[in-house]
Amino acid sequence: MQTALLIEQILNGLQFGVMLFLMAAGLTLIFGVMGLINLAHGSLYMIGAFACATVAAATGSFWLGLVASLAAAAAAGALVEMTVIRRLYDRDHLDQVLATFALILIFSEGTRWVFGSFPLYLDIPPLLRGALPLPGGGAYPAYRLAIIGVGIAVAVGLYLLISRTRLGMRIRAGESDREMIAALGVDIRTLYTVVFALGAALAGLAGALVGALQSVQVGMGEPVLILAFVVIVIGGIGSIKGALVGAVLVGVIDTLGRFLLPVVFATFMDASAAAGIGAALASMLIYVFMALVLAIRPQGLFSAQG
Amino acid sequence: MAEPILEIRNLNKSFGALKATDNVSLDLRAGEIHALIGPNGAGKSTLIHQIAGSLRPGSGTIRFLGRDIGALGVPERTRLGLGRTFQISSLAPDYSALRNVMLAVQARQGTSFRFLKPVMADRSLREPALEALERVGLAERADVPAAELSHGERRQLEIAIALALGSKAFLLDEPMAGMGPEGSKALTTFLDGLRAEAPILLVEHDMDAVFALADRISVLVYGRIIATGTVDEIRHNPDVRQAYLGEEG
Amino acid sequence: MMGNPRESILNLVLVLALAAIPLVATGMGEPFYVTLATRMAILALAAVGLNFLLGLGGLVSFGHAAFFGIGGYVAGIAATHAFNNEPLLFGLPGTNQMIVIWLVAILLCGLAALAIGVISLRTSGVYFIMITLAFAQMIYYFAISWPAYGGEDGLSIYVRNGFPGVNTLNGLHFFYLCFGLLLAALAVFSVLRNSRFGAALEASRQNQQRLAAVGIAPFRVKLVAFAISGMITGLAGALFADLNRFVSPSMLSWHMSGELIVLIILGGTGRLFGPVAGAMVYVLFEFYLGGITERWQFFLGLILLGVVLFARGGVVGLIAGKARHG
Repeated sequence: MQTALLIEQILNGLQFGVMLFLMAAGLTLIFGVMGLINLAHGSLYMIGAFACATVAAATGSFWLGLVASLAAAAAAGALVEMTVIRRLYDRDHLDQVLATFALILIFSEGTRWVFGSFPLYLDIPPLLRGALPLPGGGAYPAYRLAIIGVGIAVAVGLYLLISRTRLGMRIRAGESDREMIAALGVDIRTLYTVVFALGAALAGLAGALVGALQSVQVGMGEPVLILAFVVIVIGGIGSIKGALVGAVLVGVIDTLGRFLLPVVFATFMDASAAAGIGAALASMLIYVFMALVLAIRPQGLFSAQG
Repeated sequence: MAEPILEIRNLNKSFGALKATDNVSLDLRAGEIHALIGPNGAGKSTLIHQIAGSLRPGSGTIRFLGRDIGALGVPERTRLGLGRTFQISSLAPDYSALRNVMLAVQARQGTSFRFLKPVMADRSLREPALEALERVGLAERADVPAAELSHGERRQLEIAIALALGSKAFLLDEPMAGMGPEGSKALTTFLDGLRAEAPILLVEHDMDAVFALADRISVLVYGRIIATGTVDEIRHNPDVRQAYLGEEG
Repeated sequence: MMGNPRESILNLVLVLALAAIPLVATGMGEPFYVTLATRMAILALAAVGLNFLLGLGGLVSFGHAAFFGIGGYVAGIAATHAFNNEPLLFGLPGTNQMIVIWLVAILLCGLAALAIGVISLRTSGVYFIMITLAFAQMIYYFAISWPAYGGEDGLSIYVRNGFPGVNTLNGLHFFYLCFGLLLAALAVFSVLRNSRFGAALEASRQNQQRLAAVGIAPFRVKLVAFAISGMITGLAGALFADLNRFVSPSMLSWHMSGELIVLIILGGTGRLFGPVAGAMVYVLFEFYLGGITERWQFFLGLILLGVVLFARGGVVGLIAGKARHG
């Protein structure tokens, strides 16, 4: 039974990590190509979740909702890029932080305006409602396994996109040398909009997928955004591979910490105190991990700068 | 013969497959101007960076005033008396010329962890700074922000800062670059007198200035020193003519 | 130091206006405005701390809520133990004396800033922004999941802490206490800015390579600045908890960190009175816009976006022109 529980927790950590990867991949791509720090990435996650919940409620189909989440987040991303973000590429990081902070206020209050303050609920599609048996007893929800599958598929897809396609070649060129890419005759403005919309779509997808596990509400993107920052700081800003490794590490460490620390503390103190201290320390664990990584490698595990 | 002020032995630095510094040995003796010349991309700036401490050498030793400084950072090397100027002027742009030099005076005096006395009223900072500006001919521009100085004036300001540091050796990375002919001439005269104060390792493309000033010249090509000698020796060295002077016509 | 005369006049007007609001409000029998002015003074104080780091040192800390919240919790925890008459740590009692609370808050925030600074100052740029944010978030989650002091629900201060010779329960008196500390912090800011340390700090913002090349190690300068900055913001946090008679994890949240940056930008980055102007404008926005529409943050977002894109320099910059550095 203990092994089954442990396997379940590891899978939970993996699922959490994969979801963080969807967020972190977009953030790190946008930073790598355009040099922009985007706080409003969590808003795009929220938009994806709201779009999915709304369309799923109207049509009765989760899958249509999923398509809507990708479309809505990509469209919102492209719109914001063309109206605001574009003006920020040449600004310092402080201006980028402030402007995207302002975007969060606008998106959050705007969403509250349209949808009200009550959370929406999104059901898991019937196809994935079951559970699959785990070795050693117990069962694991099919939907969570599906999220892990989606994350792996996105990671592979991104790898192929960046290493094998013309768009990927331009993205890589944009990371190393903006002037060269302009000299190659690539329309850099369009490239930036496309990259931003791609990152936004990934965030929207993550929001929609998680929306079926939690409630869909304003502000849901912010904790995830900050964890995604931790992920890319650990992985190395600008590196997709770093985002993947960082996301899985953070997901697994966080989940296992919350599971194991109270158990460990319970071996030498009474149960309720152990639960309290264990939970409090577990909530700090990934930040301690981040500090350790930075103490050893200030540029993260897979820095894009080599 | 006295021990050299600055002594570099078997320095190596690679970037991937590229050997930017290839077994370089070089010294700088009291009272001399030692010029370092070579075509673009020969590794002159890379070498200066390693001596100043902003780049770690792959291997080899750097001794300054009899002390191995290889493990020290930039600030420590400066405090020992190694004063450098940058190939591309590196100044505090919002600060006036005077405040840029005052910062150097403050650093030379020791601690910057003094929290009370206002710097602008501190004559022990202002006066040495003004003096350094006067020596490079920048005194009447003392109150102009560095960002508003002309290109040539910024080069002068860099030298004033190195002077104010009380440097015991100067590393000057292309101090004439971008200066007009008159500025170059004035600076040549100035550097000529400066060598008595402290020796100068001079990286420079302006051959007139190099030939006028240098006691010795080292020629760097593809990271390797191919010859070191007096002006005449270098002028007549067949390797140098072929590898370097020949190319430039 | 030779100042900009228009800036000096503006500064004087700001001080007098802030000092006068509570007097006028009390005269008109509107005590609510006294609270509003106190809020302005405390937020301004917190922002003075951040301005030291961000304005002078150019270091964008997105985690200053950590210090604001730690200061708040010091006040809350000390008062709770004093109120319940329970020993706090190692048999030491709690206290309801503000002076003790302030000193402890300053000390703890200084230590916390040193610890966070040692790691985050190894990096720069975007890394620094994200790491300071992450550390503040760590403390936020710790406060939420630590049940002893209220967890998510926060901690009430039943009776506002005391100060010898001042009736802190009187809103006007408490305001002048906060106002006095704000003026003291502004004086500290001004003296430090003009000192050798300030010169080194400003130089590290302008050109780190240059600072190192004159022989001053930037890291230590920035670390000391980070600690001083955290201490000032922590003091403000202790006052804020006493103003609201309540402290909760929201004081530690990243919105708080963002708000502090916003105050500085609205007022004028690196300007002595930038935080004061920013806090006054911000609290007024919050109050009037909040009175007109529940969705005031939406409009705040639009205004902020406009300021960032089109009106850099903030209120002080708009009125007094560009900063001069002697």
